[in-house]
Amino acid sequence: MLKQAQRLIGQPGRNPLARSVLVVLGIAALLLAPFLVDALLGRAWVRVLDLVLLYTMLALGLNIVVGYAGLLDLGYVAFFAVGAYLYALCASPHFGLHLPFWLLLPAAALVAGLFGVLLGAPTLKLRGDYLAIVTLGFGEIIRIFLNNLNAPFNLTNGPQGITLIRPIEIAGVSMAKTQTIGPLSFPSLYNYYYLFLALTLLIILISARLQHSRVGRAWAAIREDELAAKASGVNTHNLKLLAFAMGASFGGIAGSLYASFQGFVSPESFGLTESIMILCMVVLGGMGHIRGVILGAAILVALPEALRYIGPLQRWLFGQIHVEPSDLRLLLFGLALVLVMRLRPAGLWPSPIRRRELGRPGAAEPPG
Amino acid sequence: MSARPENADGADAADDANNADHVRTAPAAGPMLAVRSVRKTFGGVQALADVSIEVPRGTVYGVIGPNGAGKTTLFNVITGFVAPDHGDCLLEGVRLTGEPVHRVVELGVARTFQNIRLFHQMSALENVMVGMHSRSRAGVVGAVFRTPGARAEEARIEGRAHALLEQVGVAAHADQPAGSLPYGLQRRLEIARALACAPRLLALDEPAAGMNAAETASLRELIVSIRNSGTTVLLIEHDVRLVMGLCDRIAVLDYGRLIAEGPPALVKCDPAVIEAYLGTPVAGSPAAGTAP
Repeated sequence: MLKQAQRLIGQPGRNPLARSVLVVLGIAALLLAPFLVDALLGRAWVRVLDLVLLYTMLALGLNIVVGYAGLLDLGYVAFFAVGAYLYALCASPHFGLHLPFWLLLPAAALVAGLFGVLLGAPTLKLRGDYLAIVTLGFGEIIRIFLNNLNAPFNLTNGPQGITLIRPIEIAGVSMAKTQTIGPLSFPSLYNYYYLFLALTLLIILISARLQHSRVGRAWAAIREDELAAKASGVNTHNLKLLAFAMGASFGGIAGSLYASFQGFVSPESFGLTESIMILCMVVLGGMGHIRGVILGAAILVALPEALRYIGPLQRWLFGQIHVEPSDLRLLLFGLALVLVMRLRPAGLWPSPIRRRELGRPGAAEPPG
Repeated sequence: MSARPENADGADAADDANNADHVRTAPAAGPMLAVRSVRKTFGGVQALADVSIEVPRGTVYGVIGPNGAGKTTLFNVITGFVAPDHGDCLLEGVRLTGEPVHRVVELGVARTFQNIRLFHQMSALENVMVGMHSRSRAGVVGAVFRTPGARAEEARIEGRAHALLEQVGVAAHADQPAGSLPYGLQRRLEIARALACAPRLLALDEPAAGMNAAETASLRELIVSIRNSGTTVLLIEHDVRLVMGLCDRIAVLDYGRLIAEGPPALVKCDPAVIEAYLGTPVAGSPAAGTAP
């Protein structure tokens, strides 16, 4: 377990002692994060921390489809929506159902995975831009369905969404209530933090192991050259479906967590911009590289929160607000995208082999 | 295969048996590959017109012909990339035609491409490891839980891939991205990846294209060693000297028709072949003369 954690968290140091110390510090930092953040930045930032973990799960799911298998998916948020609505419908007064969390979490992964296959099956022969267009359409179809399935039979409650979703309860411990263990008290946001952290680590582990396996190699082969992958005996149809299903199931897990975390879901949370945002996390961070994707998710979730301080700062400096922080957000976001694509086309933290390739332009071209 | 030390693991040994060259155990009856009256047209162009060939097992079989003769189309039909309009291909009596490409690989036909198609960003070793996909099984569960079976298989794949890199002479570059290798090594790496599929028939599409004389000579040695290890080789090639020296039998295509077939010495003298390559003597010119 420690070795595993070393591989995942620790930098590859030469000294095993230094590495162990680093790993212990890393684990301590992760465990203490909500307390530290709460004390230094305030309770609102603990919420941001929770969201960072949630989006990390989403981004890692999309990373399987886009980063590993090279299938551009612009409708990824649909699987997030499927997971969220599944949880919402089965644990809210809407149908009067109150199924337990341990049942709903795998169910969300499974159902979202099935939707992944549903999207994947008709798009197997499409590539690049054409695949992107179909997936974009799929994402919108799911959202429009959610928006309109309130008649003749009220399945999703339409644009009003579903409210009063039950918070997650594990072994009788509710995530929504403040829990006290000895001198420490754990408010709701802390509880969710630890739950999200555990699941995020699980998803990181699965991602890492898949990447360095027979399946991960076959995905990479499809990404690099689909025809050559076929000629090497890779069943590209099944493996592309598998990539869609795996990615979607991570999205479904994140969705079910989101539903209980917010206590409310509505179709407007699952629009195209959300899909683009998740894609940006993957691309900005470093496609196909787990650490890069985590960095991407952290930056893109935290950035808008950080920009909130711009408003008060302007008032303090100029006596009035010249630029709305929300406008600034999109401006900076666009600027960041352009700069990253211009200066670091492989992402902020690309995987070593990609960096090597992109660092030597023309290296891939055989002479003569 | 022999380069790898024996493993005590029983399950592993069973896998190895599965992977061994089938030729050594199979009884030698009938041809390795039979192409039966294959026809293919693209629009109005007849790329292949009722081509039938039989590739005897354990040979290097050459397919030559001028540009546009239909060699690559024949290759694509055999390897399942193109469906013929008529006719079919059998590998030791098993029908390949109609099967998807990955199934054809599973049945025992591996190929390389005229313009090298490697996985550029993956290391040379990983390229070969992908080639073993059809000869291994581990899925998501095995990968995520690192089951003993999956781990043993992974070790087997890696060991075999190293041995193949050694065989083709790319072992020193195992960890380099395939795209950064020099051209000649990329050709060899592609052959290693195809060999990783444990084929009974290895189809090479112009492997000597763009190579200098020294590289061609060592490529020739490699092809001979592959044949000697029991794999039948099907070879498309422009380098006539290489083909004549290396192949046991040759088929000559011209405008999609098979115009000659047989051992190199006979094919070389066939008037139809000479005509296809050099053209018909023009009446009245000195060459057309009245020589007996």
